[in-house]
Amino acid sequence: MSATPTPAIVQLQGVTKRFGSFTAVERTNLEIPTNAFFALLGPSGCGKTTLLRMLAGFESPTEGSILIDGQEMSRVPPNRRPVNMVFQSYAVFPHMTVAENVAYGLKVSGVPRAEIGPRVRDALAMVRLTGLEGRKPDQMSGGQRQRVALARALVKRPKVLLLDEPLSALDKKLREEMQLELVRLQHEVGITFIVVTHDQEEALSMADRIAVMEKGRILQIAPPRELYEQPNCRFVAGFIGAMNLFEAQVRAADNGHAQLEVKGVGALQVPVDHTPPRGPATLAVRPEKLRLFTARPEAQGARLSGLVEQLAYFGDTSQVYVRLGDGERVTVTHHNATRSTAAGLAAGQPVWLGFDPADAILLTD
Amino acid sequence: MESWRAQPLVFLVFLLPGLFWLALFFFIPLGLIWGIALGERVGPAEIEITWTLQNYIHALDPLYLGLFVKSFWIALLATALCLVLSFPVALAISFAPARIKPLLLLLIILPFWTNLLIRTYAMIAVLRTQGYVNWSLEWLWGVGKLLLAPIGFEPVLGESFTPLQLLYNNTAVVVGIVYVYLPFMVLPLYATLDKLDRSYLEASLDLGASQLRTFFAVTVPLAMPGIVSGIILVFIPALGTFLISDLLGGPDSQLIGNVIERQFKSANNLPLGSAMSFILLYITFVALALRAWLSRRAERDG
Amino acid sequence: MADRPGPLDYLRRWWLRGWILAVVVFLYAPIVCLVVFSFNDSRRNIVWQGFTLDYYGRALRNASLIEAFTNSLVVALVATVLSTIIGALLALALWRFRFVGRSAVEAGSALPIVIPEICMGVALLVFFTRVGWPTGLVWPLNLSSVIFSHVAFAFPFVTVVVRARMEGFDRSLEEASKDLGASEWQTFWNVTLPYMKPGLIAGALLAMTLSLDDFVITFFTSGPETLTFPVKVYSMVRFGATPEVNAASTVLIVVTILLTIIAIRLQSPAKQEG
Repeated sequence: MSATPTPAIVQLQGVTKRFGSFTAVERTNLEIPTNAFFALLGPSGCGKTTLLRMLAGFESPTEGSILIDGQEMSRVPPNRRPVNMVFQSYAVFPHMTVAENVAYGLKVSGVPRAEIGPRVRDALAMVRLTGLEGRKPDQMSGGQRQRVALARALVKRPKVLLLDEPLSALDKKLREEMQLELVRLQHEVGITFIVVTHDQEEALSMADRIAVMEKGRILQIAPPRELYEQPNCRFVAGFIGAMNLFEAQVRAADNGHAQLEVKGVGALQVPVDHTPPRGPATLAVRPEKLRLFTARPEAQGARLSGLVEQLAYFGDTSQVYVRLGDGERVTVTHHNATRSTAAGLAAGQPVWLGFDPADAILLTD
Repeated sequence: MESWRAQPLVFLVFLLPGLFWLALFFFIPLGLIWGIALGERVGPAEIEITWTLQNYIHALDPLYLGLFVKSFWIALLATALCLVLSFPVALAISFAPARIKPLLLLLIILPFWTNLLIRTYAMIAVLRTQGYVNWSLEWLWGVGKLLLAPIGFEPVLGESFTPLQLLYNNTAVVVGIVYVYLPFMVLPLYATLDKLDRSYLEASLDLGASQLRTFFAVTVPLAMPGIVSGIILVFIPALGTFLISDLLGGPDSQLIGNVIERQFKSANNLPLGSAMSFILLYITFVALALRAWLSRRAERDG
Repeated sequence: MADRPGPLDYLRRWWLRGWILAVVVFLYAPIVCLVVFSFNDSRRNIVWQGFTLDYYGRALRNASLIEAFTNSLVVALVATVLSTIIGALLALALWRFRFVGRSAVEAGSALPIVIPEICMGVALLVFFTRVGWPTGLVWPLNLSSVIFSHVAFAFPFVTVVVRARMEGFDRSLEEASKDLGASEWQTFWNVTLPYMKPGLIAGALLAMTLSLDDFVITFFTSGPETLTFPVKVYSMVRFGATPEVNAASTVLIVVTILLTIIAIRLQSPAKQEG
């Protein structure tokens, strides 16, 4: 393990969690740096919530160990861990007022009474709920309840804040607002945030590091841009954003380039980071990286042709579904850069597609 | 829901049998003793309603008032014991894995399907001087004697085993009430705890509260509707019991139920018995009103 | 599952397991002892002396005990049928119709459930003697006062159970049925009643248990000729516990458990429909 400038606040070493015969999390190693806004992203049932609950202490790992701030946590009950959680259902106590909810965590851990009042006030100000101290949770909207849950967790000044699907219960507009709010709060309090989500946009827009999970395993950990532009496997490529996948064979590879035979495209040379093994592989191209021509272009780069099968118009862009000659279907994001662009396309129309080899990603899993 | 005027005939067919039965075999009989409680005996079987409060005054004179107070305390003690015994059971069942939940629940309910009298009778066999508890104690006494003999301490246990007088006293009555009504406490508690979102408890632990603190600050307040229902379901029958005190109690274990029974069956003082019954009913109404008030307040507060 | 229990896995804590075990032993030990020692070949002694069916024979030859047993079964059967019909109809009235005094009827019908049994018992005792309810009729007509009293305290339970079931009923199913051309009666018979069925069975089962179980109200409303089993056992116990009572009680416990199993069996196919 190499020393890093920011030491890891959370370390998972070979953590496995089994429920009966079902393995929710499998031999997972993970390091989360201090002050990160870290997202655990994956489809439902991938083990991300179980991982979060193990950090909070609600589940114990079957194998492996969890360290928070360098301390082994397996024998530490949830009420003694330096972490706090914002629950998916918020779990704001219905029999307490807003102020009582926020004060609860301080009261039970023996913070002097004189200190509780100001800290509760500051926490409520931070989430912009000043003036609602006396309200009961059932007199509040979902968004306000979530702010109470946030204040209640942050007022404890945890080393790590855990957020379980924090935005899933909010409507679209409020969700976008809260995304910005959470990022602002994280900068303001300087606490490590770990957020569990199944929504890739949420993870991409908020987190500075994302771990993609599937079937109990972490597939890739990377900053958002890297995750999108350089997925390391077919699952990540398909789960984050949309992706067109082409079957390919690696013929040869040397100093940063790979010679490919791509189905429907032909021979192609693409730049690679790691030298891939010879044999079957997948070439992935994002829909917005494909260029669409309505007439056979003279320029280099047009490699595919087919017929427009279906069009979905979104205003700024159109999704164009093109059926290639060999029967494969490709999605192209077409920018409606001029007012006449979208009008020129119709189903059944022959089109030509091209992409820069540098925009293509070679996947060898 | 629709107005009854839409189908008056169907409405009456649905409503009338129940209403008729309720009136004839519930409200008229209760009305009768309510009247008798305000009357006087004028012959061996004749009662004249004179609107006197004498029977209520008589029912509350120190002798009987003492019995009311004693019945109240015994019922309260039994209810408290039921609550303490049931809460961990209800909590554990509601947090048990889904596949063994129905089994555990059935285990608690099954005794409820057994006859009340048979259960009370079974309790006699357990508690009497030649009963199972004393028999087990005697066995333990024998074992203790054998174990202490080598070190010469066996005189500590006395010359011979004296069976404990477990039956025919107030303790036996309390144990009997707890035994008979325990399922009535477990079920409403379970029903509330099972619906409770467990993330409230997790949130409390997460915020630094211990299990015990979480129990009293979060679990108990949120389970209050079930607690109140359970208390009422046990306390009211316990207050009016006469079978359990009759069979398990001693001469000093007479409860208000026994006195009421005697007024109707042997002493033949119907006005006094009726007045006592209605005092019991008024206590019941107060308890129900209290529950309604609590639930309305809880609803308002969310 | 070898991993450490989570903080809310209460059932995996040893002291709670012990607690539950203690409560279960407390609930079952007396009944189990009673059943086991009904086969014990000893009159007074609680130590096991050998297996015998002697007390079952004696209980069978005890004519008044058998009569009380028969009375209990007849009362329970008739009271269950009447309570189920009356209770279910009232539940439907409260569920379906809006009318003046609806909440009063609802509260009034719940009263027999909550008031102390002894109050209802003495009230019915006074009622039957005051109105000159005929006594000394031929069997089983002489059981009428007991049966009607049992219906009076059992049907409100049926109402509660059936109403709870109907809360989950989607009224648009009835509208769909009528929309498809069914009459009011056909809709009730083909749509509403099948949905009600589990509630009816559960209610009937509860009414039957309450009737078989009842001691207090029967104690006040039965005459010397119309003793039910619990009242008969009471008088036998008052003269001292005998092994015959153990034997007869065991029979009643077995009958109750068998009826419960049958009822649960009847209910399970209906459950899958609902």
